[in-house]
Amino acid sequence: MHEMSLVEGMRRVIEDQARAHDFARVKVLRVEIGRFACIEKPALEFAFDVVMRGSVAEGAQLEMIDLAGRAMCYDCVAEVEIAERLSPCPLCGGGRLMPVGGDEMRIKDMEVI
Amino acid sequence: MCTVCGCGTGSVEGHHGHEHHHHHHDHGHGHGDLHFGQGPAGVEVAGMSQARLIEIETDILAKNDRYAAANRARLAELGAFAVNLVSSPGSGKTTLLCRTIEALDAQPLAVIEGDQQTANDADRIRATGAQAVQVNTGKGCHLDGHMVGHAMEHLDIAPASLLFIENVGNLVCPAAFDLGEDCKVAILSVTEGEDKPLKYPDMFTAARLALLNKVDLAPHCDVDLDLYEANLTRVNPGLEVIRVSARTGEGMDRWLGWLQSRLAQKANRAAAE
Repeated sequence: MHEMSLVEGMRRVIEDQARAHDFARVKVLRVEIGRFACIEKPALEFAFDVVMRGSVAEGAQLEMIDLAGRAMCYDCVAEVEIAERLSPCPLCGGGRLMPVGGDEMRIKDMEVI
Repeated sequence: MCTVCGCGTGSVEGHHGHEHHHHHHDHGHGHGDLHFGQGPAGVEVAGMSQARLIEIETDILAKNDRYAAANRARLAELGAFAVNLVSSPGSGKTTLLCRTIEALDAQPLAVIEGDQQTANDADRIRATGAQAVQVNTGKGCHLDGHMVGHAMEHLDIAPASLLFIENVGNLVCPAAFDLGEDCKVAILSVTEGEDKPLKYPDMFTAARLALLNKVDLAPHCDVDLDLYEANLTRVNPGLEVIRVSARTGEGMDRWLGWLQSRLAQKANRAAAE
């Protein structure tokens, strides 16, 4: 449900950029989303279409780039990449992992005309 | 914008968001030497057309984070310790907070209550004699840095005081929104089921302390308190856990001690600066 407020934040960033860079329309917006980010991608896509109506990004293509989830293993003290939040450590099999990356929600760039 | 063609290719290439940018307006007209490609030409992006590419590299929550940083700076100046209380609805946050306030007695404190609707919780807090402001988020599923900044304006936050922010009851969204607090404290009641930390790991990962509440009900609910703790520390190995019952007072001294020691550290830091 908070995808709606996230996209409202995106719209503000885009509108600030439109004022600073003077463009008419956003064609493609690329966002980087970490594996552990609090974002449901289909919900973000839906909210994007709704929230961008009437803005320079109406009808823009939203490209989502996945970033890997990284965690520190409390058993073998290695930083490892894991696919799921509750996956065991791929090195030692330990189950106590603290995410250290992969919660990114970032607007990377946009293609404008 | 270019006044001849109106195309706006007086291209300003943002670099690292708003921190610095430089203008290019050197494309000539009429001699086939148009440099529309300042963006795509300079950045390798497969499939990008000759439209401009503007690098942004901005967190989607950047605006929220700026509000949160302002709140944090204000709290640091005051040496006030702020706790963001997060949980599902019905975990006993407000009751626990009322008991906490009563036990803290003369300690200066203030409360921000977040709910979608009603001022019920702020009324309950005020009944203890504490100052409280209610934030109704309407359809919103979480408090954000902006709401909390305004709520703080309505409170008299004393130096070396405690600020409790009771977030909207929701185990999902509030995890992502920094309010400027010192830490999140998650409240999980024994009636919710041992697997809640596994089902909603983000919230328990974001928290520094978990209060396992309503432990007096454990014998009636066929629950395993050790399994609750194991699941909490599985999703967040650094999490501290305190078993409490707001109703019987069990464990409250540990929780109060935790608060008081964190507050003392922060107040001393502010005094030293």
